[in-house]
Amino acid sequence: MNIINKYPKAFQWSFLLLVFFGLCFAIDVPENYKFIRAQAEHTKFDGQTEFNFIGITVRYIEYNFLWRIPPLFGWLPIWVNDGMFFLLNDWLPIEFWDADVEKYKTRPLVLQITRVISASILFLIEFIREILIGGLKTVVALTSWDWIDENPWAELPGIPWTIVTAGTVILSYKLSGKALAIFSFITMVYISVFGQWEPSMQTLSFILVAAPVSFILGLSLGILAYKSKSVEKSLYPILLVMQTMPQYAVLVPAMVLFGIGDHSAAIITIVVATPPMILLTLLGLRGVSPEVIEAGKMSGCNNFQLLFNVLIPTARRDILIGVNQVIMVCLSMAVIAAFIGAKGLGWNLLLALNRLNIGLALEAGICISLIAVLLDKMSLAWANKQTDYFGNLTFFERHKYGLFFIGAALIGLILTYIGSLYFKEGYNYLSEVPHNKGISTAEFWNRGVDWIWDTFFYPLKIFNTWLIQDVLQPMRAAYLRMPVVATFVLVMGAGYIIGGIRSALIVGGLTLFIALSPWWDRALVTAYMATFGVIISSIIGITVGTLCAQNKYSAKFILAICDIFQTFPSFVYLIPVMMLFGVTDTSVLIAVVVYATIPATRYTVEGLRSIPPAIHDAGSMSGVNSLQRIFTIDFPLAFPHIMLGINQTVVFALFMVIIGAFIGTEDLGQYILKALSDLKGGGKGLILGICVAFIGLVADNLIRTWAEKRKKELGYAD
Amino acid sequence: MEDKDMKNKDTVIKCDSVYKIFGPNAEKMLEQNSGHVDPKVFQKKGCIVGVNNASFEVGKGERLVVMGLSGSGKSTLLRCISRLTEATAGKIYIDGQDLLALKGKEIIELRRSKMGMVFQSFALLPHKTVLENIAFPLQIKGIKTSESIDKALEMVKLVGLEGRENYFPRELSGGQQQRVGIARSLAVEPDIWFLDEPFSALDPLIRKEMQDEFLRLQSSLKKTIMFVTHDFDEALKLADRIAIMKDGIIEQLDSPANIVLNPATEYVKKFTQEVPREKVLKIESVMDERNDEKNLSDFTVSKDAIIETVAEKILGQEKSVAVIDDNNNAVGIINSEKIIRILFGKNKSE
Ligand SMILES: Nc1ncnc2c1ncn2[C@@H]1O[C@H](COP(=O)(O)OP(=O)(O)OP(=O)(O)O)[C@@H](O)[C@H]1O
Ligand SMILES: [Mg+2]
Repeated sequence: MNIINKYPKAFQWSFLLLVFFGLCFAIDVPENYKFIRAQAEHTKFDGQTEFNFIGITVRYIEYNFLWRIPPLFGWLPIWVNDGMFFLLNDWLPIEFWDADVEKYKTRPLVLQITRVISASILFLIEFIREILIGGLKTVVALTSWDWIDENPWAELPGIPWTIVTAGTVILSYKLSGKALAIFSFITMVYISVFGQWEPSMQTLSFILVAAPVSFILGLSLGILAYKSKSVEKSLYPILLVMQTMPQYAVLVPAMVLFGIGDHSAAIITIVVATPPMILLTLLGLRGVSPEVIEAGKMSGCNNFQLLFNVLIPTARRDILIGVNQVIMVCLSMAVIAAFIGAKGLGWNLLLALNRLNIGLALEAGICISLIAVLLDKMSLAWANKQTDYFGNLTFFERHKYGLFFIGAALIGLILTYIGSLYFKEGYNYLSEVPHNKGISTAEFWNRGVDWIWDTFFYPLKIFNTWLIQDVLQPMRAAYLRMPVVATFVLVMGAGYIIGGIRSALIVGGLTLFIALSPWWDRALVTAYMATFGVIISSIIGITVGTLCAQNKYSAKFILAICDIFQTFPSFVYLIPVMMLFGVTDTSVLIAVVVYATIPATRYTVEGLRSIPPAIHDAGSMSGVNSLQRIFTIDFPLAFPHIMLGINQTVVFALFMVIIGAFIGTEDLGQYILKALSDLKGGGKGLILGICVAFIGLVADNLIRTWAEKRKKELGYAD
Repeated sequence: MEDKDMKNKDTVIKCDSVYKIFGPNAEKMLEQNSGHVDPKVFQKKGCIVGVNNASFEVGKGERLVVMGLSGSGKSTLLRCISRLTEATAGKIYIDGQDLLALKGKEIIELRRSKMGMVFQSFALLPHKTVLENIAFPLQIKGIKTSESIDKALEMVKLVGLEGRENYFPRELSGGQQQRVGIARSLAVEPDIWFLDEPFSALDPLIRKEMQDEFLRLQSSLKKTIMFVTHDFDEALKLADRIAIMKDGIIEQLDSPANIVLNPATEYVKKFTQEVPREKVLKIESVMDERNDEKNLSDFTVSKDAIIETVAEKILGQEKSVAVIDDNNNAVGIINSEKIIRILFGKNKSE
């Protein structure tokens, strides 16, 4: 009894585990139960029962409720899908003026709205794209096809790459100085020389539309949520789900609503990139001290000035992180959105991966990553720019960057002209290096891959087999063997111990939704892969983080590395692992581990570095050595922050697991991918996405509640 | 509570039964109780009393210091007068103008032209440099950049921050940051100057320096000032009159000497008990009114001087010292023996 009173938490946990394992062993697998495949599809099987829900027939196998809950929500995806189609095709027909045929047409309202949005976004993308690489759609949109036939000169020629490069370098220099200018020069030249100019500019044009729109939308919604409690309350749950929802899942509904092409890719990117911007804007505005606001008011600000001159600039740090996130999401979406027709690098990357041409994929991947890092750094530099009020600048000094650019543009034009004389036949390399006509290292990489395969075939295979047979398969089997009651006991029990009845109910509700969907087994597989990834990532991340945090310079260094790695689009991580391990679960898991290690490392370093030095001094004075210090002082104090990192790790791992479906795994991601090629898969994709999001939210809720409680106990004000 | 001296001066700020009560139904509760507010009763109903029936006037060029313990409603009173919060009931007049009747635009106009405020935590804009912070109210007003920068440079000089124009607030010490806050609040040349515990976050040495700075500025600027502090020494040093608040009520509003010598309530008495007399009393109130003594020192003191400020000088004289009025007429004498008694023998000083 004494021990129980002394360690009540430990007792609760062991009791919970006892019950959990007890249930696992007590409940047998029903004889006719077929793992995974039998359950999810709506096909006829022996021993199936059906029930009817609002006109939709749902079939399920009759079995032990303790073992698996029947998929009572089986109708939900179909219902969502039908609802979407109804909205789009039948709901509220209204007459619209159709400019093309110059007649009134009857069209459902939603369809009309989506068409207008699509058209305007598409126009913007085409406009920017054609400035960069030429074309005639913009001119056509403003005039007509007949007109352009008569006036062929009006076709936009596209800016030569030399001029775009010069412009970027000059802008980088103006924003941040030499280092960035050199980096942008390398990036642009790389893109051009390797023949990636056209796809890069296609990707860029789509980002240059999606990123600003997401930024403005996110900022305005964030401000609205800041001003009005009710807006915040209604936004918050959506934001939470969106944050943990794999980006794949939104693709299908977007395809249904907006069709296929750059515009729907841009729209989907905006949908995905806006939530983090909203959250960070809100966080930043909340953090502005009331006295600063009052100082603004006393300076005579009206509401508008208060917002733009006081609140937003003061909250700049968080808003900037939001901008960063937007750019990151945009670039990672550039690849994912290729599934629904975004042209550019992402498309090439997917194609190359599909054909297992690792070399080509690598080139495209490097391109995307370079652009990502460049845009990230440029936007940061832009936001940190200062105005100089002093110094009497001459005309030349004031306009020197503009003048430089004009000069560079002239030289570029002359070069282009010379090029057109020199390269009489075929391509003018000084205007644009055509796709696949540049230098390509693909062959080299492919040979490298072959060489790796030839040389390390056995060791790699042995490792692979060992991992799959001795680690992954048993783990997977164990997860699938878990009866549904046991899962609930574990999850809700943990919720209760950590956060009381409220937490238990939230977590239980989220799990119940997944259990009622037809994909419980798939969700278990997803959970097992994510768990595996999170465990390994956390171990690596915390170890590396701890080592690097011991010293100011190594801490800075590792944080910079994390920054860069975080900017890489998630898909890029698949390339090197496929080089090494081919198309196997191992590849996916290694990609998961690499990707998910980033937040674990970053938060560990941040957590450890933010411990007040006074506490260290106090420790030293009481004579602890450095190892003791790490374990008795650093870890306990930094643990809440590290746990928030683990929280991020869970989300990252889930994302990567789902993306891994592209290589071929058996989890929820596989189904999302399937739903992609099914026009009726919209509802399915969405519900699957929500299932994944809920797995993430369960972990999120548990970890966050715990970390916050712990922080309060340690006396940190949040 | 009104001070007789102030009658003939122009009234700049006038408060008439001002109440500020936080919480839902505050107005209704106030009406039901017809102005009699008992904080305890209100608290039970979920209302917190900020300011309770405050009536007073501040004359042109006067320095009114508001004192009280933490949570006594000092900041709330100041906020009501600057309309950062809306008073629950009562009337406030600024230069005879009914403040509470002003609409949004008018109140902004009033702040832009007449009011300046300094905050306890400085409240500088972190993304702006010293110069930009000071120029901020001017630019908000719509003044041209070059003009506002010129004016801001002038203010920088006034508060002695030359050479640091391009620093960011985070690169400055607390005292320097507060100088920026002061410069910013003065940039629009306001008539009324609110200071809410401007020096509380500073260490004692810097605080003293800033107080002297404040007095120096005020001697040339002659603003109408409401100054919040909970440091009695500071209040004595800076105040023309002191208002002492408790639980939202102004317990007493009077000159420093009167507050110490004639506390109106038990609370004020307790509040002032520890205050050394020599810091409050003028020479006039302790001098001997005899004029017969011939053997006087060359040194003279003004009858309006606070004892503490001249004590050392008088103690340094061997002979008695003549006390003179504004017209240099001797009105009495004082000797070191008396000073010693005041400084060290508390009870015999009167
Ligand atoms: N926005 C608010 N909502 C509710 N109660 C408030 C609010 N602002 C102040 N109060 C309450 O009003 C009372 C007076 O607060 P005020 O800030 O005026 O005190 P103060 O005298 O300035 O104290 P300090 O010396 O700590 O600054 C306090 O009890 C406080 O809790
Ligand atoms: Mg206060």
